[in-house]
Parts: sequence; C-alpha cells; structure tokens
Amino acid sequence: MFGAKHLNSIHAGHYKNTAGCATEVMPVPDVVKISMSQNIGAPCKPLVKKGDTVLVGQKIGDTDAFLHVPVHSSVSGVVTGIETQRNAMGGYDTLVVIQSDGKQEIDPSVQPPEITDQKSFIAAVKESGLVGLGGASFPTWLKFNPKNLGEPMTLIINGAECEPFITSDHRTMLEDAQNIIDGALMIMKYIQAPECYIGIEDNKQDAIDQFNKMFAEQGITNIKTFPLQASYPKGAERVLIYEVTGKTCNAGVLPADLGCIVSNVTSVAFWGQYIKDGMPLVKKRVTIDGDAVAKPGNVLLPIGTMIHDAIGFCGGYKEEPRKILMGGPMMGRAIFSDRMPIVKNNNAILAFTKEQSLIPEETACISCGRCHTACPFDLLPTGFADAYEARDVKRLNDLKIMQCMECGSCSYICPAHRPLAFINKLGKGLVREASQK
Amino acid sequence: MTDTKNVKYYDNLAVASSPHLVTALDTQKTMMWVLIALIPSFIASVFYFGIGAVILTAVCAGCSALFEYGYERLLGKKVTVKDLSACVTGVILAMNLPANLPVWMAVIGCFVAIVIVKQLYGGLGRNFANPAIVGRIVLLLSFTSYMTTWPVTRLNQTADAVTGATPLGLLADGALAEAPSLGTMFIGNIGGAMGETCTIAVLIGLAILIWKKIISPIIPLCYMGTVFVFAFIYYSFAGGDYSALHMALFHLLAGGVVFGATFCATDYVTSPIMRNAKIAFGIGCGLVTMIIRLFCAYPEGASFAILFMNVMAPLLDMVAQNRFYGISAAEKAAKKAAKEAGKEAAK
Repeated sequence: MFGAKHLNSIHAGHYKNTAGCATEVMPVPDVVKISMSQNIGAPCKPLVKKGDTVLVGQKIGDTDAFLHVPVHSSVSGVVTGIETQRNAMGGYDTLVVIQSDGKQEIDPSVQPPEITDQKSFIAAVKESGLVGLGGASFPTWLKFNPKNLGEPMTLIINGAECEPFITSDHRTMLEDAQNIIDGALMIMKYIQAPECYIGIEDNKQDAIDQFNKMFAEQGITNIKTFPLQASYPKGAERVLIYEVTGKTCNAGVLPADLGCIVSNVTSVAFWGQYIKDGMPLVKKRVTIDGDAVAKPGNVLLPIGTMIHDAIGFCGGYKEEPRKILMGGPMMGRAIFSDRMPIVKNNNAILAFTKEQSLIPEETACISCGRCHTACPFDLLPTGFADAYEARDVKRLNDLKIMQCMECGSCSYICPAHRPLAFINKLGKGLVREASQK
Repeated sequence: MTDTKNVKYYDNLAVASSPHLVTALDTQKTMMWVLIALIPSFIASVFYFGIGAVILTAVCAGCSALFEYGYERLLGKKVTVKDLSACVTGVILAMNLPANLPVWMAVIGCFVAIVIVKQLYGGLGRNFANPAIVGRIVLLLSFTSYMTTWPVTRLNQTADAVTGATPLGLLADGALAEAPSLGTMFIGNIGGAMGETCTIAVLIGLAILIWKKIISPIIPLCYMGTVFVFAFIYYSFAGGDYSALHMALFHLLAGGVVFGATFCATDYVTSPIMRNAKIAFGIGCGLVTMIIRLFCAYPEGASFAILFMNVMAPLLDMVAQNRFYGISAAEKAAKKAAKEAGKEAAK
C-alpha cells in the first residue's frame, strides 16, 4: 500500500498441521507452578506463602520495580511451596507451586475494570497482568503508554503468525474475533489511534474473510485487515511495521516513535475479554505439535501447567522426544526438561523426535550469499561470522550487527548449515560487552 | 482430570540455539543442480564431437573427484568428495577443452584445478580463483598448440579437414568472411571448446540455474550485456563489412562468453556476495573480455577476464559492504517515495 517493495523473506515450510484443530480446554491439572518471571522486566516477589489458600485470579506476585507486570493464580487451591528452578535461559526462576482443589473458585477481586480515562486504562492494563503474547513478553501497559501520546498513532495488530507449526493465533482469530474487535476499539481510543490494521498472512484466508465480514456487519471502517505475503518473518515487529506503513524501524527505535503501536492478536483478544469479565491473564491458548506428540492440537490451559502435563493431555508422547521447543522452530527456545511450566508468552510447545530435531552437520561456507539475500534487513551474516571469529568489535559495528533481530532466516537458508543466527547472537553479546567497558 | 502420572518425564533433552528448522537445500544439492544444468551442454558436445567428449568429460569429473579424495586422505582432512563440488569443477573444465585433447593433458588440468588452486588454499570456499578457469589457462599456456587446435564438428567433417578455426580465430586472422553464420553459431555447429560452442544448450542450463534459484541472474546478464554493448559501440565506430548489431551478436555467440558467464563467473566462492559488487563484477568481466579480444594478442579472453575479476571480487565486496546499512532497500524506497511526493506537491 505505501511501499511497493517488500523486505527479504524466506519461504520456510508452514507445517500448520493444527490449523483445523479447534481449541480444546484442558481440565485443571493437579499442580501448577506459576513462574514469577513472566515479563522482560523485573521478576515479581511472591505475595503468598506455603499453606496459603488462593483463588482463581488472585494476585500472587508483584514488585515495586518500575518495569513489571503482576502475576495471578490460575487455579484455586493451596500453596504447597515456593520453588527455585533453573530456567531455559540458564538463570533461576521463582515458582509458586499450587495444589489445585479442582473447584476453580473465583477471587472476589475479579471484577470488570472501570475505565474512564487514559490513566485508569493504563492502570487496568497493568493489573490485568497482560504482557506481549507474541513471544517478547514486553509489559503491555508500558507499550500502550507512549511518551509521544497525542501524536498520530496507528495500531497494528499482529496476526501474521509467520512461525512454522504455530496456529494458536490463527485459532484465536477464528474463535475470539469479537473480543479482538472490542479490544482493538478500546485500545485505539486510549492510544488515540484513528486507524488500525490487522496484519494477517494470506495463508489464513479464513481469518481475513471472517474479519472483513464482521467489519461489514458491524459497520466498522477504522479497522482493516492487511493481508501479508505468507513468508517468514512477516510477523516480526519491525518487518510488520514496514510492510503495513512503509516506515523503517531500525533496532533501538521504539515503534511508538514512528507512530505505530504493534500488539499481538492474542493480547488484543485477551483485552477484549478482560474488559467484560475482569479475569486476569491466567489462561493461554497453546499449540502443541511435533512428531513426538500423539494428538497434536490447540489447547487452552491454565498458566503454570507443566509442559509434561500439557503434552499428557494431548495423548502423551508417541515417540521419545529429543528436543522440546517453547515457541516456534525459527525463534523458539529449546528447553532441557519437560518439567517446566507454561508461561504467559508461550504460544506453542513443540516436541520433536530425534529425526525431526536433527540439524545437518556444518560444512564449509561456499560464499553463496544466500544469508545476505535472505536477511530482511540486508545484513551480511557471513561478515558477522568472520568478524566474530576475529573478535573484531569495530567490524561488527560497521556491519551493523545490532540491527539483527535474530530471526534465524540466515541459518535456515544456509546450504552449508552454518549456525549463523547463533553467531549473530554471540556477536551482539560481544558488542554489548565492549560498549559497557 | 487427565492422568499423566504414568507418563515418563524427560530431563535430558537436546538444547541448541534457534532456528530448529533448516532448508533441505545443501551444498551437495546445489552442486547437483549445477551438474544438471550442464547436461544440455554435455549432450550438445557429444552430438557435435562424438565419443571423445564423453571420454574427456568422464575423465575430468572422475580425476577431479579422485584428486580431491586423495589430497584430503593424504592430509588427514575430512573427505568432502560427496559434496560434488570437485565433479562440477571437472565437468566445467572438460567443457572448456577441445574434444580431441589427449587425456593425460586433461588429467594435468584437473590436478592443477583441484590440488593447486582449490585444496592448497584450504579447500571448498577458500580458493580465490575459479579452479576450472585456472586449470584451463594452465593447459592453454603449457600445451598451446593442442589447446588451440579445434576439431571440426561431426556434421562438418570432410576427408581432409578434421580440425578448423574458431570464429574468434578467424576474426583475429582477419578472415571474418569465412566465419559461420550467427544461426550456425547459435546452435553450435562450429569449432571450439566442447561446451562453449552450442549457445542454446548453455542458455537452457542458465535458465535451469536461475529457475531453481541456484544463481542470481545479475552476473550473467551484466557480463553478456557488457560484451554486447561494448562490441556494438566499438563496431559502430570501427565500421567493417558487417553491421554493428551483427558483430555484437557475433561476439556473444563466439567463444566462451555465454558459457563463462553462466558457469564460471557465477562460481559462488570466487564471485562477490553483495548485489552492487555482483553488477560491477559482471561488467568488469565483460570489459576485460572485450579488451583482450579487440586489442590483445589472444583471440579469446573470457578465461583471463574471469580470472582477473576473481582476484578483484573481494575488493568489490569490500567497497560494497562499506556502503550498506540495515534495511537499505526500505530506506531507499522511503526516500524515493518522499521525493516523488514532493514533486507531485510541487506540481
């Protein structure tokens, strides 16, 4: 619409095996472990102690730190302990372990929020426990409270879901469309955005059609669907902004500075629900797929459910899993144990068998330049690799390594199967380290 | 409530950095597609030059693989013959030879290409010059008379003429009137190196490579375009018995430009990565080829031109890299749009 040119992208297989699987609600598990670190800001401190009785929606974690989002209980029951567990990042998380009583009694504090102005809107977003559900888990209240409020804004709802395998956003758009519309209208009001685009990859035509039909029926003209070419990584924030508005968002620039606020479609759907019943973020729709899972599908489960239990609900393991991913195969994190709990920003759990998780052995670089032509930002991953090998920080900066968003397109496309995205991460770490000295 | 107590826990899962999904296209498949793209040229060479072409191609492909295997085994390196890159080098070298070349000379060419040019510099991905091109140049300088005695195609053979001149040879000798017609040159019924003569077969190969996205069309198009434009301008001023258009096409169809542009200049390792550098590389190949053809002693210059530009490639890449920045295309498009909007507003 604005820019005629698209950014580079790759055509990875879609593997949207579960797109037709309507969401199943998982019964409340016996035990949930709710992590206190569910946003990229400060971790929360537990507000409950061993032996306390908790109800659904009760706030169980909070902190005084600025950048944070509170955590709520997803079940009713008794706190049986506060545990520390090593997380997938290598650090440690505090987990509140709750033995469910199966009654799912709702906390009396769960009431539809009273929103009258911008201030009460932001306060309500914060209290709802909402974080960016696309995977970054950035506190949403901060995103909706830009410094340059009042400047012309565009709300971009990210329904691209470009990661292979994941279909949870797709199911949300099909099953929760009304909530998305209601939520979007309210967010537009308070971030003062006259228009809103829902970016959806054109391999989800049913979702696009359904939205268009609903907009026509309800006479909504300021929200529009924006079909995107179905290629990876169209759902990356900076790529989506370019595709929708034609604006260039370099790394380190807040989208709000460009007059764009990007929010994941599931975050908006949650908000549309929250303004109706006031139930904080305690449930999440998660795609469970992979060769090792007996019955792949989309599952609505309480936050804190152990991955092991969630896969158990999907018929358990069909074969021995070799790799379990939190998130999609392109940017998801491989975890070392299935004893970890589901957190707010999980949109998929993929259990791969040995065959599926096999990455071919690295061979010599043949300088084909495919990594460069695949990079959405025209960066040069082989250059990063050479410079990293020489620990040459200046060269890394000259090649603008900090622009890399670690989408993994270079590693995907490399015929020599070099771990280029991994080297980019190491290189970025090196540059950060050097700048701190 | 689902009973998951009997399901085993897994605490020893593999961890790795994302992405966890990679393309099926690897180096071996890439090389396989290059070999497939060489099939039309091979068929044409067998059609025109008979069994000699089969023997020479087989010997070159086999010897190249053998030299690579032998070198890597001897030095205790990982054997990489399976990636087929040595076979590709061998076949391209064979396509650059006259069909009646003694086999032992071809073996020397393979040795130079694989052991000296490729492996001594560190194997695949590390060589600075195209192995097949250097192999050919070494043979040309060492066995000049053998390498410039071109067999006549089977269709043109008579009892007393088994060898003949190439169109470029005729041009250098000032005997352009004896040169074959453009149509004959296009289908390849002329003297020359095995794979180079039949332009249509090479173009089929080029189409396969571009269609399968094995190569970007930038280098071949810039190379051929430059040769065409250079010749056209030169003959527009120099004049001659034929029109400038005829001579421009003649230079494209004669000799190794099309073959070199398709299979040699596009070699990943020895051509630049950056887009702008690729354009400069292609134009440079075309310029050097034409300068050698028109102003130097050699009738044909494609091999030397590609070798020259191979050495230039890292330089071109460096210049191009110093000028690139994140989301360059996007920023350019935005600037362009702003400019156009400004123009429209001015109207």
